[in-house]
Amino acid sequence: MTIATANYDLTPQEKKFVGWHLILAISALSVGSLFGPLQAFEHAGWDLYPYLQPVFKSYYQGLTIHGVLNALVWTTAFITGFLTLTTIRGLQRSLRYPKLNYTGFWVMVVGVLVTAVPLLANNASVLYTFYPPMKADWLFYVGLTLVVIGSWIEGYGFYFTMAAWRKEHPGETYPFIALASSVTMAMWQIATLGVAIEILTLLLPWAWGMVGGIDIQLARTYFWFTGHPLVYFWLLPAYLSWYAMLPKQAGGKLFSDSMARLVFWLFLLTSVPVGFHHQYVDPGVPDSWKFIHSILTYSVAFPSMLTAFTVIAGLEYAGRKRGGKGLFGWIKALPWDDPSVVSQLLAGILFFFGGIGGITNASYNVNLVIHNTAWVPGHFHLTVSSAATLSFMGITYWLVPYLTGRKLWKPKWALIQAWMWFIGMLIFSNAMHVLGLLGAPRRTPLGEAPYVPAEWNGHLLRVGIGGAILFVAVYLYIFIIAKTAFGGEKASESEQVTIPVAEPLHASPIPAWMDTFKPWLIGAVLLVVIAYAPVLIDLITHAVGSPGFRVW
Amino acid sequence: MTTKPIIEIDPYEKTWMRISLGLLVVFIIMVGVAGYALGFQLPASETRVNPQTVATDPNSPWSNPGLRELAPGKYEVYILAQIWLFNPREITVPVGSTVTFYVTSKDVQHGFKIQDTNINMQIIPGYVSTLTHVFDKPGEYPYICTEYCGSGHAAMFGKIIVEP
Ligand code: HEM
Ligand SMILES: [Cu+2]
Repeated sequence: MTIATANYDLTPQEKKFVGWHLILAISALSVGSLFGPLQAFEHAGWDLYPYLQPVFKSYYQGLTIHGVLNALVWTTAFITGFLTLTTIRGLQRSLRYPKLNYTGFWVMVVGVLVTAVPLLANNASVLYTFYPPMKADWLFYVGLTLVVIGSWIEGYGFYFTMAAWRKEHPGETYPFIALASSVTMAMWQIATLGVAIEILTLLLPWAWGMVGGIDIQLARTYFWFTGHPLVYFWLLPAYLSWYAMLPKQAGGKLFSDSMARLVFWLFLLTSVPVGFHHQYVDPGVPDSWKFIHSILTYSVAFPSMLTAFTVIAGLEYAGRKRGGKGLFGWIKALPWDDPSVVSQLLAGILFFFGGIGGITNASYNVNLVIHNTAWVPGHFHLTVSSAATLSFMGITYWLVPYLTGRKLWKPKWALIQAWMWFIGMLIFSNAMHVLGLLGAPRRTPLGEAPYVPAEWNGHLLRVGIGGAILFVAVYLYIFIIAKTAFGGEKASESEQVTIPVAEPLHASPIPAWMDTFKPWLIGAVLLVVIAYAPVLIDLITHAVGSPGFRVW
Repeated sequence: MTTKPIIEIDPYEKTWMRISLGLLVVFIIMVGVAGYALGFQLPASETRVNPQTVATDPNSPWSNPGLRELAPGKYEVYILAQIWLFNPREITVPVGSTVTFYVTSKDVQHGFKIQDTNINMQIIPGYVSTLTHVFDKPGEYPYICTEYCGSGHAAMFGKIIVEP
């Protein structure tokens, strides 16, 4: 038996490999985030697009780049890199087939480059949901497919490593952070089947002219099969950090190891069969199925509510150990001077509002009020762009020093950065939510829309102000990371950062059914089949063909 | 003595689990009652049309879109969404009218949202979206396109005039 060490270190090669993921992720963020503030400014009446004309042709081209690079590339590249680290650190073992993982990563890089060509040439301004019958250059579809396939390959690398560990450690329980990493990947691989089928059986044959028309509702249904669980792919790595790393950073423990595991298994089970809640207002999907997916969506909210309890309990434990007293004193006692902790705490607070909004969105007919309004981007800038993104930023505040052996450049500035994101996002997303309730559509340059009533103007202005604060926050972040990685002061032996992994507070043995993938995978696939097969069969057998259009 | 593997749950956590489940069940009941007892329903038409002929085929109501009076105070309206306008752009009905909307697209996806009402539908070529609304208050109700449909999307709207 090998002896587990609290400070297990990655090899220099492994660190480099994780680092490459971060370079890809942050490069995507640095380009994608340019357009977010530009969109916000446009809403406020400060239209800068005319000045971009030589390079970027329209608001919509920018919006496509914003969605693809931020929501798809920044997240996926960060997550695969971070989960590589948590798999290795969790198992205290190198990857079983490192070359397999390298291949996955480079496939992803090629995918991003291939996607970028039509995006930058304005030949794929179809937004990141690429709804047909808008037809993008086929390279766009191929590029996105490669990104997904690359992430799958990296996932296989994790599973082989888990299996190897299991063989070497008979009778032991998977370490939590490694298990959570593979569960996240497994969920992602089931989820992305939808978009894989959409691209391979509908969009590519159609883009290549092999078929004249495709059924648009069928394509939407495949898309949202992936589209909703995609948000859990963004969230689960943040949950992993909140459960098992953040408490350690704050000086506490993982409150309940078994609960944390149960939550991840529940996500694997219930993340996928909920896609119709993005199609509540669609024709062609029967009401009864929409209602069933509504109920299933509430079931996925359950593990998130458990997460809230366990994570806060872990933090309370930390706060009390640091001397916090009274009902709320423990909050004050948390390390509010540590930018990594603060980013993640603030991300969690923003997610609280995001979660409430999410339950609103999921509510079947209440969704009529907000569907496709500015409320929706208001909502997911609290989830993917805050709960996930701000947490990932916080993670890199220890991860980049760990990987490079350098000290974080000016932690004070990193603290300011986190608070700016928090404040900017509160202003921005509140204004967007209000605009949505007033009826303002999303995906629309509202600065030029002829139907905008004067009543919206004050809120549109707040969108611009929030956007300006976020603009500074995002580039300050990138600056701090670049300064740390490439010009940071070398940390001395005693200042070396270690990977924070929290010990469980109650280390009770884990029952066998909570330490094996099989029943959960079977359950997940069964639920998906039940929740989707009848509607898919109907859509496939009654398909109506639509030809493609280029309308931008 | 060996410890039996069990999931250990803190008593507070148990309470929280009960509260969470209870809340979610209450939510489900509430939307269910609103949907099935109070009639706040979603568009779910099963009708399919051929998007390439829907605007031209003389048998298609969308070859001649617009308002039809079924009975006094009872209307149906066929609206064709296309890049980048709604046909018709303007509809006038008397206050108190019950209007059923049948909307489809002859090209890309669009959205159809009538401000200050619960009418909000995704418009998908090949499919017909249907909802009914009673216009109780006179005034102007813009309907706007809420799905990206190309360069002219931001200007795509129409309005319903409800006359006193
Ligand atoms: C830098 C700060 C950011 C600002 C000011 C910002 C602003 C905006 C605005 C105003 C929209 C709405 C555009 C519209 O509906 O017409 C939008 C859309 C969007 N944003 Fe951001 N954003 C920021 C960062 C992010 C990040 C970090 C992510 C993801 C990780 C993200 C993901 C998205 C997505 C997925 C959309 C929807 C695109 C679509 O509708 O096709 N944004 N953003
Ligand atoms: Cu439109």
